[in-house]
Order: sequence, then structure tokens, then C-alpha cells
Amino acid sequence: MTANSDSDAAIWVREHAPEWQALAADSAAAAQRSQATVQEALRTLRAYRILLRHLATVRQLMPGGVLAGILERTCAQLHTAVNRPPRLTRARWASLFRDDIPAAAASVRVLTLWLAALLVASAMAGWWLINTYPQLVSLIASPRMIDGVEHGHLWTYQILSIAPPAMLSARIVENNVMVVLAAFCFGILFGLGAFYIVAFNGLNIGGLLAFTHQHGLGLELLKFTLAHGFVELSVICLAAAAGTALGESVIRPQCATRAESLRRRAAELAPLLLACALLLLGSGLIEGFISPHPAITIPERLAIGLGYWTLMLLWLSGRLRIRRTHAQSAPMTPPESRR
Amino acid sequence: MTDETLSVRSLTGVEMALPIAGPGTRSYGFLTDWMIRLLGALIWLLIASLLRLAPGIEGRPAAHTVMVVGIVLALITYFLYQPAAEILTKGRTPGLRTAEARIVTLEGMTPGIGALVIRNVFRLIDCLPVFYVVGLVTCMLTPRRVRLGDIVAGTVMVRTDAGAGPSLDRLGAQARRTRLPVEALALAHDLLERWSTLEEAQRMRLARSLLKKLDPGLAAHDVGLDGPALRARLEGLLDGEQRF
Repeated sequence: MTANSDSDAAIWVREHAPEWQALAADSAAAAQRSQATVQEALRTLRAYRILLRHLATVRQLMPGGVLAGILERTCAQLHTAVNRPPRLTRARWASLFRDDIPAAAASVRVLTLWLAALLVASAMAGWWLINTYPQLVSLIASPRMIDGVEHGHLWTYQILSIAPPAMLSARIVENNVMVVLAAFCFGILFGLGAFYIVAFNGLNIGGLLAFTHQHGLGLELLKFTLAHGFVELSVICLAAAAGTALGESVIRPQCATRAESLRRRAAELAPLLLACALLLLGSGLIEGFISPHPAITIPERLAIGLGYWTLMLLWLSGRLRIRRTHAQSAPMTPPESRR
Repeated sequence: MTDETLSVRSLTGVEMALPIAGPGTRSYGFLTDWMIRLLGALIWLLIASLLRLAPGIEGRPAAHTVMVVGIVLALITYFLYQPAAEILTKGRTPGLRTAEARIVTLEGMTPGIGALVIRNVFRLIDCLPVFYVVGLVTCMLTPRRVRLGDIVAGTVMVRTDAGAGPSLDRLGAQARRTRLPVEALALAHDLLERWSTLEEAQRMRLARSLLKKLDPGLAAHDVGLDGPALRARLEGLLDGEQRF
């Protein structure tokens, strides 16, 4: 550093040092705050701009110095505090349910149909397998389930006697959510994980139907699944399709890098996970409270199942009317996905 | 600790570097959060167990209901604590605060709900086969020290620097009082800030070397000064008690 630049730096530092105490206080407060008033936000923004200006000047006057390091650390703290996504207002939630979720569902519509076809095909394969080789049922059913069916009882009614409906619903929802999340996450393995989960579920369904049919309980099992099955299976296909879309974004990137492509696709599909969780919550409640109830007839179950399924289709296709609010804002996607 | 940094650019074009948290910091933060959520779940179970034994409930069907509600609440606390805490604290869960770390986007910004949900959903793969092996291995192999969930969500865990603001505050005050050259002031300030983290011999050597340049009288009179005395001398210089 030359004597001249040293004196420039000294003059500059002594001139601006008095500001730093107030700016440092603003910076520390901003980092700790989760919400701010307009005045506080404006003060933080002012501190951020001034400190950035000081940092740029200090880097010129004293490159690589300790002072630049301290200013940089303070600016970095403020950078994260200042750049935060907007609060979720009611309008943004409405936009999420009305626009983002149907848009995400539409982007995986074709994949969902393919995965539904895979589910049906593997269910048929499962049916054929157990029908041809009944001894293989031990691969897909527990000894207790097999024993129950052989004695003319479905396991679905046994579980109600063990757990109350609320507990049963909670366990069902938890299990289904895990399946859906697994289908989504493992789709990242070029879609193979999602295919596996759908095919495995299809084989199980087909196999169990064949097994119960052999013991005259096929209709009972169908009766049990009528009210909740349509939505539950559709949601599995939907989540698997979303997972496959993630895998596709890695195989055929739409952005400069595969990682960026994956990030963008994940951000687009994130709202779909929320939709899947909500739909599964509904079907879990139906499975816990309605499906095991022996007094509910088949037409009633069919009406509930098809009604819920129609509601799901209307919502995901964007035909379900969700009231617009006046203060409509941008869709709820993370800022990084909007860049 | 790692020396990697995440370079981010402000809106005005000034670049900054955020220190990336390594596997150690991440694990420390996660384990602290894990203990909190385990404790939360156990508290629900304890409350349910005590309520079940309360007079008027014990032995009745209500006792079973109380236990079921307790179990459901415990499960909700255990499984939803992490995503809920990340969303509510905007990437600064109590565990991460303890570990002095936070979650930010690749641009150094506070992450949105979508990104936080995605990074939590992918724990399903990161925790495989046991004890977050996939996550830890990914974290060790990637340049930004991120697990799979972070890669998909576009997030990074960085070390927070709570001392930056107070440090600037002190430096501002010292700059007003002292007559030391600016570079010397910054060096002395830096040495005092790092005083407790340096080894005794190292900080004494650095302090003596700095004082020799700033305070020529030291060599003749105060060669035998111990650590606290050297520190006091440096603080005195920064407070304007110059001897030269």
C-alpha cells in the first residue's frame, strides 16, 4: 500500500467509522428478526446499501484487508436477511390451490396415464400369478392375513377391532404419505424407483384380489376399497408421475445443467406434493371411518368413492372454482424457480 | 469445519462469500434438533400417560382415547418437527442456531416454503440405509457440502456469523478513538477478536510482533509481559492510549 493510498484509506475510515456502530446495530437486529415493520425494513435496506457501498470502497482502498473481511461478513448476514420470500397471504394460498397445483398436475398428465396403465398391467399380472401359482401368495401377504382369508375373514375388518377409527386413519395416512413420498423421491433414479413402487403396488393389489377371490371374498375386498381406492391409487400414480418427471429432468435437462434442471422441475412439482398429502388425508379418513363400516352398502360406497374422485379430477384439472381475491399476487413458487 | 465458501452477488453487484457449513456443523445442528423433537414427542406421551391415570379417567374408555391422542400428537411432533421448524424459522431451526448455521438458497437468500419442503421430503433417500449414510456421503463428496435434498431444493447450509455486527460496531468505535494507522488498527482489532480462539503461544507471538511495530518502547521495557498484559496493551492502543 502506498503512503498516498494509506492516507486516503485513513481519511475515509475515520470519516465513515462513526456510521458503523448504528449500521452494525441494524444488521444484528435484522438477522434476528422474523418479521419487520415498514420502518424497520426500510432501515435495514438502507443499512444494507450503505454497507455494500462501504465494502466496495474498502476493497479498492485496502484490498484483502481485515476491514474488508469484517464488512463482507456483516453484508453477507444482511444479504440473507434482506432477500427473503414474501409472506404467504390468503391470495397466494388461493393462487396455489387454483393455479399452481392444476398447472403442476397438467405438466405430468401424460406420465400419470402411463403409470396408471402400468398399475393396471401389474395388477393383472399379479392376478394371473396368484391364480396360476396360489402358493406364491405368501410373498405378498402375511401368514395372519392368509390364515384369516382361509377361514373366511378379511384382514380389513380385523384391523378395526384392534385400533379405533381415528388411530387407524392416522396410521393409514402416515403409511400412504410415505408411499407417495417414496414414489416421488425415488423417481429421481431416472424414474425407475417410481416404476418399481407402482408396479409393486399393482402386483400386490392384483395378487390379493385373486387370493380373496379364490376363497370367495373378492367382492368383500372390492367393497372395502370402493370408497377410498379410486383416489388413493390415483394419488400414487400422480406422485410417481411427478417423481418420473424429476428423473426425466435429469436425463433430458431443460436448463444449462442437470442440477439446475432438476431444481427447477422440483420447484414446479412441489405444490403437487401438497395436493397429494391433502387428498390422502381425505382418503385416509374414509378408509378409517367409512370403508370398514359393514352397514354402508356398495352403491353408497361407490357414490362416495366416485364423488371424491370426481372432486379430485375437477380440482387437478383446474375446473374447480376457487374464489379470486382482489390482492392477487404472483404464484407461490420459490424465488429461485422464478429466476 | 470447511474453508469452502458460497459466492453470492448483491443487487448492486458487490460479491460476498458465505462460509459453507461442513458435515460436522450439519450433524451437530441435526442432532440438536433431533433431541428437541424426541423430547417433544416424549413429553406428549408422558402427558397422555399421566392423564390416563387421572381420577375419573382411569379404567374408562376415555383413558384409551387419551392415550391414542397422545400417541398421534407424539408422532406428529416427531415427524413434522423438522419441516415445520425450518419453515417457521425460515431455515434457522433451534438446532441450526446452536450450531451457528442456517439454510440459504444458492443465491444466499432465505429459502421459500417450496424449497424447504422439498429438502425435507428427500430425507427419505438421504437417511438410507441407516443414520443418514447417503446424506453424509453426498455431503462429503459435493463441493458445496450438500446432501441430496439440498441439491434438489437448491439450498446450501452456511455458517452464520453472529459476531460480524458487534465486530463492526467495536471497530467503528475504535477507529474514532485511536490514532493508529488504519491497517494496524484493523490488524490489532482482528487479533483481539480472535484472541480466545488462538493458542496461547501463537497469540502472544502475534501480539508481541504487532506491538513491536506499533509501540517501539515495548522491546526495551515489557519483554516479559504475559498474555493478559499484552492484550491490555493492545486494547489500550486501540482506545487511543498511544505511547509514541
